[in-house]
Amino acid sequence: MSARRSTAASLLTLAVAAAVLTGCSQKKDDKSSADAVQVTASDSACEVSRTTFPAGHVSIEVQNKGSKSTEVYVYAAGDKIVTERENIGPGTKATIAAEIKAGEYEVACKPGMVGDGIRQKITVTGDAAAAAGATDPRLTAAVDSYRKYAQEQADATIPVVQQFADAVKAGDLEKAKSLFAASRVGWERTEPVAESFGDIDPKTDTREDGLEAGQEWTGWHKLEKSLWADGAISDADRKLADQLVTDLKDWQTKVPTAEITATSMANGAKELLDEVATGKVTGEEDRYSHTDLSDFAANVEGAKYAYELLKPVAAEKDAELAKTLDGEFAALQALLAKYKQADATYTSYDKVTEAERKAFSDAVNALAEPLSKLAAAVVVK
Amino acid sequence: MDAESAQPSEQSTGQQQSGQGPAGAARGDGAGSAPLSRRAVIGWAGAGVALGAAAVGSVAVATGSGGAVPAAAAAGGEVPFFGEHQSGIATPVQDRLHFAAFDVSATATRESLVRVLKEWTKAAAAMTGGREVGSGAASGLPQAPPDDTGEALGLPASRLTLTVGFGPSLFEKDGVDRFGLRARRPEALIDLPKFRGDALDPARSGGDVCVQACADDPQVAVHAIRNLARIGMGVVNVRWSQLGFGKTSSTTPEAQTPRNLMGFKDGTHNIAGSDAAALAEHVWVGPGEGPEWMTGGSYLVARRIRMHIETWDRTPLKEQEDIFGRSKGEGAPFGKVKERDAPDLKAMPEDSHVRLAHPDSNDGLMILRRGFSFTDGTDGLGRLEAGLFFLAYQRDTRKAFVPLQQRLAGGDALNEYIQHVGSAHFACPAGVRKPGEWWGQALFG
Repeated sequence: MSARRSTAASLLTLAVAAAVLTGCSQKKDDKSSADAVQVTASDSACEVSRTTFPAGHVSIEVQNKGSKSTEVYVYAAGDKIVTERENIGPGTKATIAAEIKAGEYEVACKPGMVGDGIRQKITVTGDAAAAAGATDPRLTAAVDSYRKYAQEQADATIPVVQQFADAVKAGDLEKAKSLFAASRVGWERTEPVAESFGDIDPKTDTREDGLEAGQEWTGWHKLEKSLWADGAISDADRKLADQLVTDLKDWQTKVPTAEITATSMANGAKELLDEVATGKVTGEEDRYSHTDLSDFAANVEGAKYAYELLKPVAAEKDAELAKTLDGEFAALQALLAKYKQADATYTSYDKVTEAERKAFSDAVNALAEPLSKLAAAVVVK
Repeated sequence: MDAESAQPSEQSTGQQQSGQGPAGAARGDGAGSAPLSRRAVIGWAGAGVALGAAAVGSVAVATGSGGAVPAAAAAGGEVPFFGEHQSGIATPVQDRLHFAAFDVSATATRESLVRVLKEWTKAAAAMTGGREVGSGAASGLPQAPPDDTGEALGLPASRLTLTVGFGPSLFEKDGVDRFGLRARRPEALIDLPKFRGDALDPARSGGDVCVQACADDPQVAVHAIRNLARIGMGVVNVRWSQLGFGKTSSTTPEAQTPRNLMGFKDGTHNIAGSDAAALAEHVWVGPGEGPEWMTGGSYLVARRIRMHIETWDRTPLKEQEDIFGRSKGEGAPFGKVKERDAPDLKAMPEDSHVRLAHPDSNDGLMILRRGFSFTDGTDGLGRLEAGLFFLAYQRDTRKAFVPLQQRLAGGDALNEYIQHVGSAHFACPAGVRKPGEWWGQALFG
């Protein structure tokens, strides 16, 4: 931020020279779309082409005809920034894209990039649902289906976690170990939803190095350490096993209240892959049990499910992206399948070589990068 | 590791520096309506100079030729992207390097690779022009990640050059003609032989495609590779990369040759970027020399050369000088006074580096070097993980780097203090001549 500010400052010192050359600095291909809102900024004015427009995706085209760099803000009540664009040089144009719900707003131009700016009231009409693109019945149905899926995953998790907890409490080390990975599958498949209940995740899925000062370590990974690294189950672990069941039942009851939108589904799918890229590919997630590939597969399955629900819309709006995603999901799942064993467990991650981890990492990146474009593809008009 | 060569010639702007003013003709690179143009910043800075605004004290440049052209380049401005040859070869060496070697993924197709090369070319034209990639770093849809990663916003073009090359494995890997290119592989794009003393790490060697980013600002070079890596992700994956600093050789004869990390001036007589005759003779592939797509191109050898810094530092000065065949202070060849005095090879020890590497010891062969020092912190033993990232361009590697390195690997006294740990070879095609053309078009087209 400060670098951009100082750049602006240095530009100002050159304003005189710049004014001579504005013709050369202008962009040639400013294809103004018919429904874009035009903002003409100068050193003393901020003209907005229309003051009423429909909710949803709004494209604001700014032309700075002044001699100073400017910035343009759209403020909601209380000067809450809806969207903004800094550092629009003299003689240049900029396009600001935003998703705006119905309501009263103010557009502000700030010549010299200081002060409250020159303001103009605008009204955005229409209903909020339309703005979010949720009126597409296919997206509404996708959200409903995804919520159902999240609920099914939570419901299916509880009995397995109960068995896992029972094995821990019975001191049956081997049985507990065999149930550890399976007890996490439903959670891992819907992790973005699970994590959205901020108080549950720290209790169930925190790794030792993720603890805050003074935080008691509870949940799966503490038990994982006891089972694999310590090879012993303490009385405290038995209590933690019960606690894990309780915390996950809490999750199960909260799923219906989760905020889920088409955008959050798409971005959640991407986040699942990001989880894989940062935690699983490195072997950090399940560092004692080395069951990372089980979590990895569950993350991919969950992401795939969300994608499949959004795909009819995505394929219509960006067929190329859908084709890419189909191919990359298939490639990654084919790679994972090579590591799936007869008993449906996955190869222990400490047996996966550096070269194989690189292959996994490349495949995850190949999927996650286009997946990061899914949200935009789904919501674009 | 360096070949002494060629007489220094007049300083000039070099072949790659065509007459582009800072506010020069728009280069339609397809970047679209990038909102905040980094290039616009340059335009204004350059304009300040052109208009004789001496008050702009921060832009201290020579305007000897009476225009803003050399000023823009000297002030960290633009090096033209389009041209007969790729920039970044004969271009005056910048201060910083980010070099990346990519593998094309097993699932990629010829079509997807071509798509990436086209997108790369657009992005490269934008970034070398100081502009943002695509719709920029701070606009576009709020729901989508930005097209440009943004860390170069507000920075000048910084003489960024991006140079692409294709490795042997792109044409054939494990006997498989992966992209229908086998028949177009140049004979000169050999699999490099193993040289004596090589301790090559496969994770720092090879690669299907490389991109050399050179700039005067490390942030600009890193930004460029990062954005290309992201654009290519899934189709091409980074195999290895190297950051470099402190150019160790110069393609512009200047007052003092930069020193390597051993403290010596090495590569005093490099091919000058302005010496068209020498470039034609030693660097650019001529018509009819191999496949048509390489005409006007060059072959790049990249070697990561680790220096045993700690043992070097406890070597007596006399021994250090004997190893190079030059004085440490002035850099003068043995028996001479000044750095640029013509060396008397017989005055140097027979196994000295300069003597062995000099064109006179190698039937006049020369290579164009763009090496950079590197320091990647320390290794697990507390030793400086440092050395020379050697980059050499030549017309035919079989006749240049290979015989030279065979000679050096066999007898160079310097070998006790260095080790070649990474190695790669690439065919760098001719330049992208105009907007709309793309990297590798003549190869794939």
